[in-house]
Amino acid sequence: MIALLLRDLRLAFRAGGGFGLSLAFFLIVVVLVPFGVGPEMALLSRIAPGILWVGALLACLLSLDRIFALDFEDGSLDLLATSPLPTEGIVTVKAIAHWITTGLPLVMIAPVLGVLLGLPQQGYYWIILSLALGTPALSVIGTFGAALTVGIKRGGLLLSLLVLPLYVPTLIYGAELARRGTLGMDTITPMLMLAGITCAVTALLPFASAAVLRINLR
Amino acid sequence: MSVWQYANPVKFLHLSGKIVPTLAVISTVCLVAGLFWGFFLTPDDYKQGSTVKIIYIHVPSALVAINAWFMMLVASLIWLIRRHHVSALASKAAAHVGVVMTMIALVTGAFWGQPMWGTWWAWDPRLTSFLILFLFYLGYIALWAALDNPDTAADLTSVLCIVGTVFAVLSRYAVNFWNQGLHQGATLSLDKEENISDVFYFPLLLAIAGFVLLFIVLTLVGTRAEIRQRRAAALLARTKG
Repeated sequence: MIALLLRDLRLAFRAGGGFGLSLAFFLIVVVLVPFGVGPEMALLSRIAPGILWVGALLACLLSLDRIFALDFEDGSLDLLATSPLPTEGIVTVKAIAHWITTGLPLVMIAPVLGVLLGLPQQGYYWIILSLALGTPALSVIGTFGAALTVGIKRGGLLLSLLVLPLYVPTLIYGAELARRGTLGMDTITPMLMLAGITCAVTALLPFASAAVLRINLR
Repeated sequence: MSVWQYANPVKFLHLSGKIVPTLAVISTVCLVAGLFWGFFLTPDDYKQGSTVKIIYIHVPSALVAINAWFMMLVASLIWLIRRHHVSALASKAAAHVGVVMTMIALVTGAFWGQPMWGTWWAWDPRLTSFLILFLFYLGYIALWAALDNPDTAADLTSVLCIVGTVFAVLSRYAVNFWNQGLHQGATLSLDKEENISDVFYFPLLLAIAGFVLLFIVLTLVGTRAEIRQRRAAALLARTKG
């Protein structure tokens, strides 16, 4: 499993493209929002946690179809499926690799983009914390969506339609945690719920992802 | 005699062909009677005036929309466990009815909200979770449409339905936490002494019965059409091959 993880990471870093692309997308979304709603700093700083969360979610979504598509095209996914590694292990590794190459950079760049939106001082800590807790869930759920659509040509749009409703609970608790933290309100409930969602999907969803992947490779 | 014999498409077609016309007639009678009674023979509500009459469409369609999803969940489980094709096709047919019912509930809700709350739409937990349910229906139908191989499509959509159910329930609670509601509580529940005044209650029950029967009829007709389509495709493949 570790060898597969290292291989995926090496491919992502050396081949370029997908790695920087979602970060750039995140940047552009955040830059476009002030053009849309006006440059008032008071308004922007109020909606900053939500914008950062939605932007991170969309950037994550953009990179999902890469999780399996390249391996599916060149046949290495079939080789992986016939290897002694259980399919559940493969999808878990794919989700971890996706998080390291997409989720983690998003978490790190979010406070920098928060400056552009006038995020209040105490918000930096909370936006990092909430994204760090929530993005693993986004990667795991996204892996499920990617496994569902792996055999479909031009499945990118369908993938978004399938995955976005599944992202709703994560987004609600994540953005709420960031918002409450920024305003100095009580944060314990959304934090526990967000952590709970991440733990639960990481524990359970790989089984569903593996099941649909096996169906698609049949 | 067990219920599983109707997993055989021939037997299913035979039985459903016999009961569909009867059910359709009963459903029409219930709908016409319930809606007519509700619209013209009940008094206006003292607070809401005549807008209260939207209830006769709004509540039944919402009820059917939610339960259609649960029916799909059960049908998906049956397909995954026992591999009866009729079950998977029934789930597909139910999704198309369910998405329309969801839309009816959302639209009539907007018509009701405009005069009563002064707004077409509010980010109220119930409204929001219904919108999310609508998105789940769209994703489910889109996945069916995108896949060519019928067995793969049935498998994948079944798994999506099960995972989607968990997330839909989760969203329901998340949305509750996220915003306080404008929508009133449940109109009907089994454990309350009196739900609403009897004047409104009986036509509402009749309308609900009509909608439920309508759902069953449409789902059966849809399933029959799917089976026939599958059969036609098989025949076509045979003559070609």
